[in-house]
Amino acid sequence: MSNPLLARYAECIFWLARQVERAENLARIIEVQETFARNRSGNRDWSSIVQLNADEGIFAEKHSVANAGNVIRFYVTDGDNPNSIKTAIRNARENARALRPLVSTEMWVALNVFYNRLNAIDEREVAPGSLSPLLEEIKQGCETFTGITEGTFYRDQAWYFYRLGRYIERADQTTRLLDSKYYVLMRDADIANLVNTGQWMALLRAASGYHAFRLLHQGDLTPWRVAAFLLFNPSFPRSVLLCVKEVDTAFTGLKSRYNLRGGNDVAEGLDQLRSILGTRSIDEVLASGLHEFIDFIQRYLNAITERLGAAFFGHPPVETPAWPDADQWPPFAADLQTQAQA
Amino acid sequence: MGDFVLDRYDPGGFYCEMLRCAATAEIRDRLGRMAIDEFKRRAAGAEQALYNLGITFTVYTDSQAIDRILPFDAIPRVLPADEWDQIERGVIQRVTALNLLLDDLYNAQKIFKDGLLPEDLILGNPNWRPLMRGLKVPHKAYVNICGTDIIRDEQGVFRVLEDNARTPSGVSYVIENRHMMLRAFPDLADGIGLRSVEDYGIKLVSAMRDIAPGNSTGDNANPEIVLLSPGTYNSAYFEHVFLAREMGVPLVGGRDLFIDNDRVYMRTTAGRARVDVIYRRINDDFLDPEAFRPDSMLGVPGLMRAYFAGNVALANAVGTGVCDDKAVYAYMPRIIRYYLGEDPIIENVQTNICREKASLAYTLDNLDRLVVKPVGEAGGYGITIGPRASRAELAECRAKLIDDPANYISQPCIGLSVSPTLIDGHVEPRHVDLRPFAITGESTWVLPGGLTRVALRRGSLVVNSSQGGGSKDTWVLE
Repeated sequence: MSNPLLARYAECIFWLARQVERAENLARIIEVQETFARNRSGNRDWSSIVQLNADEGIFAEKHSVANAGNVIRFYVTDGDNPNSIKTAIRNARENARALRPLVSTEMWVALNVFYNRLNAIDEREVAPGSLSPLLEEIKQGCETFTGITEGTFYRDQAWYFYRLGRYIERADQTTRLLDSKYYVLMRDADIANLVNTGQWMALLRAASGYHAFRLLHQGDLTPWRVAAFLLFNPSFPRSVLLCVKEVDTAFTGLKSRYNLRGGNDVAEGLDQLRSILGTRSIDEVLASGLHEFIDFIQRYLNAITERLGAAFFGHPPVETPAWPDADQWPPFAADLQTQAQA
Repeated sequence: MGDFVLDRYDPGGFYCEMLRCAATAEIRDRLGRMAIDEFKRRAAGAEQALYNLGITFTVYTDSQAIDRILPFDAIPRVLPADEWDQIERGVIQRVTALNLLLDDLYNAQKIFKDGLLPEDLILGNPNWRPLMRGLKVPHKAYVNICGTDIIRDEQGVFRVLEDNARTPSGVSYVIENRHMMLRAFPDLADGIGLRSVEDYGIKLVSAMRDIAPGNSTGDNANPEIVLLSPGTYNSAYFEHVFLAREMGVPLVGGRDLFIDNDRVYMRTTAGRARVDVIYRRINDDFLDPEAFRPDSMLGVPGLMRAYFAGNVALANAVGTGVCDDKAVYAYMPRIIRYYLGEDPIIENVQTNICREKASLAYTLDNLDRLVVKPVGEAGGYGITIGPRASRAELAECRAKLIDDPANYISQPCIGLSVSPTLIDGHVEPRHVDLRPFAITGESTWVLPGGLTRVALRRGSLVVNSSQGGGSKDTWVLE
């Protein structure tokens, strides 16, 4: 017999996990952009990050140009931007405050100290060109929290909701990280003759996947191999497939161990998503549009979140019961297949 | 350089908690051998730990939440066994009398019939809850958690200053202060026979089980207990978290609970779950918008119906706030004698009830020597300290007294005992009081020690945290 978990707590821990994961990945996305910008041939346009997060509207209210300084401040230290690192950690801390009866003291202290650090960021630390140490510290702050949680959080229902949040967000963020460079790299280049491998290496490094990728592919570094790695690799801890598997495992464990009745539709959706991720080849994806595929996965993850809310967080039932249709993802285009082959 | 902690300490004419008796000699010696710089360094580390641990109260401004720690002084306040024995027995006696008083007030009202307490003092009190009339409270335990504010006068005599029978706060600091002291100053505490404060959560759970519906019939061996908090925006939120954790029970807000068929449920991931006992840290008038303030967003609509149906226990019971009134306080020695046939083990501070003509006249004649307090206020607000007041303040106080005498009591200005306190790198005397915490289910238990509050401003007699007060660890010796 285990303790009951308040619906509100389940929601708070789910979002706490997502917010910390989000902050970490924002740091990764900015990092890869910064690396690109430092490269002589690289792209100096920072607007892709804004587009990626669909923040064009609120960004335009504050800034007229999407230059490095503006975008960095907007995403790192701007407490008014709902999608900044600072806001994510502030929200995580507010959730942790509500969850203090549940989370370990170490988790609270880590988040508390981390948030106080973010509040004390100096203007010089966010200057373009000297940003790397700060981004490194932010990543470490998030990873520290994740590690402390792994080591100290009681394995009760809340732990499962924590994992659901963490892996749903991580899957989502990996698609965004990929998408962030997809825009730039695909805009002017044909898929088949893209040769700018340095930028794809930067992308892998930002995802902490470079060395693992090298173990797998000693030779060629092609964009579609990178994309396949980030989407479908079954062992890379940030790949979309692995994250969705983790979501599925956590969800199945939650249901069976705690005898929860709700959420059968979530299980169904996870099955479908796993099957899509497990059966589609990268050729299919690239041929019919990587961006469209990414968008499809993001919509799927949103739909799963919505159904979790209805099943466990006390939200009203989901009005539109249908899952995003795999057919909405542009159908397989055979004529492009040859171009995509290695 | 070379100074030790107590080298330059001089308590002046006040009764000093540290220097007065043989029982504190060992601790004095240890402090006497500790360099003050070393002491300061360790105290500062302890304060930083409090901040990082979030042992804070939160002040919300428009845009952000600011966490402040309750200022903490690392020189402990020490109570030898015989003094603690008096306090413990005195507090138990007082809580027992308060519960008998509440049981009488909300049922037979013998005390009015016997002419011991003016009826209008109770019935006209804003914290009187007529709807409690006739409700049977398990074990007559209305005040399950009580904080009794005790001071010590110039002669070293303990006196009760105030009863907090509604929702006394501060116990979390008692226990966290102890954790921190044992981390930062293990060498001070080692081997002196310091009594533990670790049992509070266990005793609290046990009392909550005592009052659970069905407990007396053995129908409900494992009641679901929750702690009801106003939420993260409440300044005492840390304490609510602390208590929920110590008890191992869910910390809920009003929106997590609902009533169905006069039973209380909480919303969980698995659907509804029954709730049997609520330790509520919400005032009566916010508990249930159907019964009290209709604008309350913190409470649970229908909670009072469930309460009167006997399907849920509330701690403290509804309507205990009537005892916090300073005018009722003035009658406490008589109330103790009336219900228990005993003399008070800890006396009151001598109190003039200004609603009585002679007392008002005496108060007006001696305004510059007395402390005048409004009867319904808490937190040290509205107090006029005669010897410290300006002529304008005295005139204002006089006008208020004449305008509404029943709203005031007056007391002699007592030179509270002092305790050595680290102030800007020096050790100086500062005034202290003591709030022991008593838990009552079937019987009453008192946490050994309690919150020692210290007035950090030089000469100040006001120890409340809202008025620049801090706290000390309270060491009860075996």
